Amino acid sequence: MQSSSAEAAIRGEIDADRKDGFAAVRPTESVISFEGVSKSYLRNASRTLLRHRFKSWLTGAPAEMFCALKDVTFALPRGVSLAVVGANGAGKSTLLRIATGIAAPNCGRVRVQGTIAALMELGAGFHPDLTGRENVLLNAALLGLTRRETYEQFDSIVEFSGIADFINEPLRTYSSGMMMRLAFSVAVRANPDILVIDEILSVGDQNFQRKCVDEIKRLKSSGKTLVCVSHATAVLRELCEQALWLEHGAVRMRGSTATVLDCYESGGRVS
Amino acid sequence: MLNGNLIFLLQNLVLKDFRIRYRNMSLGVAWSVANPLLMMGILTFVFTRIFPNPSMHHFALFVLCALVPFNFYSLASNAGTTSLLDNQSLIKRVRCPRAVFPIASVLSSSLHLLIQIALLLGLLLLFGHKINRYWLWLPGIWGMEVVFMCGLCLMTAALDVYYRDVRYLVEASALVLFWMVPVFYPLELIPAHYHLLYTLNPIAVVAVTDRQILLDTRAPSPDLLLQLIAVSLLYLAVGLAVFRSFERDLADYL
Repeated sequence: MQSSSAEAAIRGEIDADRKDGFAAVRPTESVISFEGVSKSYLRNASRTLLRHRFKSWLTGAPAEMFCALKDVTFALPRGVSLAVVGANGAGKSTLLRIATGIAAPNCGRVRVQGTIAALMELGAGFHPDLTGRENVLLNAALLGLTRRETYEQFDSIVEFSGIADFINEPLRTYSSGMMMRLAFSVAVRANPDILVIDEILSVGDQNFQRKCVDEIKRLKSSGKTLVCVSHATAVLRELCEQALWLEHGAVRMRGSTATVLDCYESGGRVS
Repeated sequence: MLNGNLIFLLQNLVLKDFRIRYRNMSLGVAWSVANPLLMMGILTFVFTRIFPNPSMHHFALFVLCALVPFNFYSLASNAGTTSLLDNQSLIKRVRCPRAVFPIASVLSSSLHLLIQIALLLGLLLLFGHKINRYWLWLPGIWGMEVVFMCGLCLMTAALDVYYRDVRYLVEASALVLFWMVPVFYPLELIPAHYHLLYTLNPIAVVAVTDRQILLDTRAPSPDLLLQLIAVSLLYLAVGLAVFRSFERDLADYL
């Protein structure tokens, strides 16, 4: 009984949102818009072997697909930040990958306006054998900074990360918190129009997490957009105005952060 | 497309490759010199002591002229082919033009080419050869080999992501190429109806023109140069086209 009333409440929320939420925004005003975006992956892990291709070509066996995103539609106005929630494997990271242009969707339309910096995974974009300094330079270049911008920002990147003492040590000697500090510092100093964060803030200590939240707020106040995946819902409530709840690759609910997260958290208990 | 950011990115990737390759080696750059010297030594021993060929002078330099472009092929093709997989932690997380990875890998192998060229020129001067005006052709000829390798590696790198077997084909190609480049025999020995097999192969053309310039002190044959330029640019164009057609779903297969 409780479960069905929760379902009804969710549907009500979705309908309410259709009237005054995302859908009301004209596409030209949105920084990120997804229209019917789907993404599926080949299931078989050995698909990259010629032997496997040859076998399926001879036997005519169709490739097994796994659908990671199903018909996802949303639009995010400039300056509004989006929280993405959902269980493990619900498609959150796939959604971020498509939004950042790292992966291409199978169908649907994705439009993104402005530069993106993404913090996708711990140590991503870093090489363990390079020093912190060399990794900062490489990462800045990957994020599209010019040589001048990089050298102008270098000191403030190191200062913000708070690990100046270790900047000439190879990255493999860093703790996960130190890596996150460096990655976050480069990403925010790249001054992107859209900052995408996948779950990594939780690695930092209390002080640095506070510092990150303050820095993100400063970016937001200058009109930048944040897209954030996290299981730390308190942070999401503080930083994001809108939320998207994914379940098995499909949008279960979207709307204001408070309503979606309330539902998400209670829905978690019900099921 | 080729703006300042992209050059800065390329430069950083080349530096990264070079640093990583040498940081864990105590002899460092010396390996780039030791490898061709060893090959030159053994080939010279075999072809002057065991199968002597009295018509050839300075057999060691004759061999080295071809070993330098061949070594570059074998190094750059291996590094370039695996470059996308080697850099997957970058490609899967950051959006950037992916073609820079094979190109950066070929360019960082070019630093080894430069070291080996210095070795070749140093030995030439040591053995009493003089600098001549035809040396001015050399940067262009070696540059064309780099262009050829970029084109080839764009192709093999993209294919290697989808079919991991490609790298072994590329490794095997170096074994075949060692015999299909006139490393220890002159091009004149090749029967005329096989000539095209050599002149359409940029590595063989670089070896032959190196010898014309450095050992025979003459201008490189214009027809060989034209073939070198045409084939190299063709490979680059095809490589870019192939890479572009595979680029879209690259991250899904890494």
